[in-house]
Amino acid sequence: MAYGRYERPAGPAPPPVVTKLLIAGGFGVGKTTLVGSISEVRPLRTEEVLSELGIGVDDTTSVELKRTTTVAMDFGRITFPNGMVLYLFGTPGQERFWFMWDELAVGALAAVVLADTRRLPDCFSSIDYFERRDTPFVVAANHFYGSPVYDPADIRNALDVDSDVPVLLCDARRRASVKEVLIASVAHAMTRHQTAARS
Amino acid sequence: MTGDEQWLDREAGPVVRPYAVTRGRTRPPGVTVGLIDLVVSAGRHSAGARGLGPEHRRLLGLCGSSITLADLASEADLPLGVVRVLVGDLQERGLVTVAAQAGGSNQDENVLRSVLDGLRTL
Repeated sequence: MAYGRYERPAGPAPPPVVTKLLIAGGFGVGKTTLVGSISEVRPLRTEEVLSELGIGVDDTTSVELKRTTTVAMDFGRITFPNGMVLYLFGTPGQERFWFMWDELAVGALAAVVLADTRRLPDCFSSIDYFERRDTPFVVAANHFYGSPVYDPADIRNALDVDSDVPVLLCDARRRASVKEVLIASVAHAMTRHQTAARS
Repeated sequence: MTGDEQWLDREAGPVVRPYAVTRGRTRPPGVTVGLIDLVVSAGRHSAGARGLGPEHRRLLGLCGSSITLADLASEADLPLGVVRVLVGDLQERGLVTVAAQAGGSNQDENVLRSVLDGLRTL
């Protein structure tokens, strides 16, 4: 690096440092609620062209067709006092939108896998994805009204995630709870980074 | 019913198919711009702006100061893929510059620390 931390040249309004976190999990698990609890939610329309993608892989007649599908996504933006900007992108819940994940995951600091303890298998695919990609992630079990409260250790066992992956309980409607989840995900990314740097 | 009568409103969705404004192109002309890459107007409009469509101009108007692709698409209320193609056009004409955000798994520890500090102040 040409510049140390405190020697950044003082020019006219340098572009902000922009980062992102992913919020993943099954359909209807509360991803948008989580994003909305801590930031302003902004709509993002996508109109994806499906012609080259692996949907209906056994259907070769569709190769010639240009088909588009609309994926409505939300994202949140948080601007910190130090000028840094953090985006929260919810991954589209349905598995047919997997093709969008790679783009979302590139350059993400970390991911939060939001789980519903009543339907834990819904988040298996998200966990697999981040494990394969080596993206640091935490599992946050969203507490729903009327659902039993489980010990995070039990959730960890049920999900069979590595022992270093933080598993925590949260309430996606509460800002303070969401804040803790986001902190846990970035702190985990930091720990992983430091461990990798030492080895 | 007369010809002037309003048949459709916003609720009806777009009347023009989304990729019509890109003339059917679904891929940008150059390198694909990332979701949080910063787009900024290069500040010289008059020469290169000839022949631009209204959507191009709208986007150009929104990137007077650095704006991420995601915000640009959201502000312009255009689909992400469409904005990508149009930003690619603007980039080709030298009307905007795009600053890619550092990607990959090797995140700068200072960045992680700053985000962590920022989150704690919320």
